[in-house]
Amino acid sequence: MSGLKILRIGPAASVQDMGRPGLLGQGISQGGAADTLALAEGAALLRQDPGLAALEMGGIGGEFEATGPLRIALTGAPMTAALDGVALIWNASHRMEAGQRLTIGAARAGVYGYLHLGGGIATEPALGARAVHLMAGLGRAAEAGDLLTAGPDPNSEAGLVLAAEDRFKGGELRIIDSFQSHLFAEDVRARFTGTAFSRGSRANRMGVEMVSEGEGFAAEGQLNILSEVILPGDVQMTGDGKPFVLLRECQTTGGYPRIGTVLPCDLPKVAQAQAGAAMRFRWIGLEEGLDAQARYEKAWKALPAACRPLVRDLAAIRDLLSFQLISGAVSAQADPFATGESA
Amino acid sequence: MDSQDTAAYPLVRRAGLSGILVSFGGSLNEASNRAALAYRTAVETLKLEGVVETMASLASVFVRFEPSLLPHEKLEAELQELLVAQDWLQAPLPAGRRFWRVPTVYGTDLAPQLAEAADAAGMSEAQAIDSLGAARVRVLTIGFAPGQPYLGSLGQEWDLPRQTELTPMVPRGALVQAICQFVLFSNPAPTGWRHVGQTGFTLFQAGADQPFALRPGDEMQFEPVSKPEFLKLCEDDPMHGGAAAEEIGA
Repeated sequence: MSGLKILRIGPAASVQDMGRPGLLGQGISQGGAADTLALAEGAALLRQDPGLAALEMGGIGGEFEATGPLRIALTGAPMTAALDGVALIWNASHRMEAGQRLTIGAARAGVYGYLHLGGGIATEPALGARAVHLMAGLGRAAEAGDLLTAGPDPNSEAGLVLAAEDRFKGGELRIIDSFQSHLFAEDVRARFTGTAFSRGSRANRMGVEMVSEGEGFAAEGQLNILSEVILPGDVQMTGDGKPFVLLRECQTTGGYPRIGTVLPCDLPKVAQAQAGAAMRFRWIGLEEGLDAQARYEKAWKALPAACRPLVRDLAAIRDLLSFQLISGAVSAQADPFATGESA
Repeated sequence: MDSQDTAAYPLVRRAGLSGILVSFGGSLNEASNRAALAYRTAVETLKLEGVVETMASLASVFVRFEPSLLPHEKLEAELQELLVAQDWLQAPLPAGRRFWRVPTVYGTDLAPQLAEAADAAGMSEAQAIDSLGAARVRVLTIGFAPGQPYLGSLGQEWDLPRQTELTPMVPRGALVQAICQFVLFSNPAPTGWRHVGQTGFTLFQAGADQPFALRPGDEMQFEPVSKPEFLKLCEDDPMHGGAAAEEIGA
């Protein structure tokens, strides 16, 4: 079976899929990829099911060696990538041969990059999914020496590219009322949406801290609220009124009050915001939220049709380099006629 | 919207884009917890198309659904109809419940916030251990982390607020206390509750036939033992730290 052997890996890499719905009552949140749109993009590029597992890489990638021929795709936060030293295009699918080395560097924007294999990563499922859930103690972070075995890959198409939606620099987050919104006074809610936030230093797959100037955003009776169900996207205020936007690997219940819930379609933007990225919240109604989510899901379904062939595929780039066209390229300073005259 | 505070329970409210929360009370109460457990079972039995999953929390039932298959208004009508079908506050507890006795070290370096909690409750440490160790509590809900129980109710003297600052990390098996309840931790985690006791009880094993040790409705007592006794029990029984269970008769 083909696969990738991990030679080097960053500290926050793990196998992820769409997660495990249905275990809320047992205390396990759905979890899965922090940026599920990236999973869908990878699946579109490889012409396969978005439910297949990929490697999620937080902040930085690693180095991988192919144990056999396989297809890969790179999505999510754009990272520098090269195959045997030759630069690879991000948000595209590529072919690898046995023994070839793939290196993935630091994110140029955003946080979570994804490495997909044709056929998906075939780790042993636990409780119905392959997603590592660190909070639940299901699986562990990827380590050097691990083998990422690919599942059966019936397809052979590679060399496709997709224009990714830019969700890597923060921006506006649409938020709707939830069952605890009324615990926050009107002026606190107004101040909340009027505040410029930036992503704080405390952030992981469970949630992301939002920091701002000025006082916090406390609810009435904040410390004595009955613990209640938590949903991904909930904006929870800690005891001192600091907001955290909870992500898919959040706890399932909690007692700190939630001022509202960020739309699922805006959560990749939260997960992908680098420390310091600017963000604002905007209240919207339920109908507008449902419409926005429906449009987003429609766009997901259109991803396979949006894939285009790479103008220069991998083989062509290698040929170009072997002909040393770069060193022969015209420079802005050089006199284009000088070399010709001396010949 | 402020009327939600004073309106008569049960309350049917929206939660996020695709959730409904049915609440039987706004504070911890034995009957509203029983109502939540029974109502959740009844919602599951309806097998409504478009319902993705349900859970019972302390006094509420959460229903996650797909609004394109099941519009909000339609689900809300179904849930209202079920609410009036019987008096849920009188519903019996689930069948097949068990009583767990769990050896527990209170205080020491293993549970360093006992003194602080005792102080807040107006007791000496010895009084706090007697009070907490004698309490027979029920699994009110499973949540926060895999298989992790919220346990109650403790007496009003234990109605202590959460801390304003989080305790950065408590270990697996930690018994923490706030607002008339215990939580027993299934994994190391930060918490706003006070770490009063330590057990060797494993709540969740991913690979096991029965991954989750507890079910809502089970009862527990955290019986005080000395630190040396506790360490010996954990050595002899690494999975449950000497805990024992018996069936509760109907």
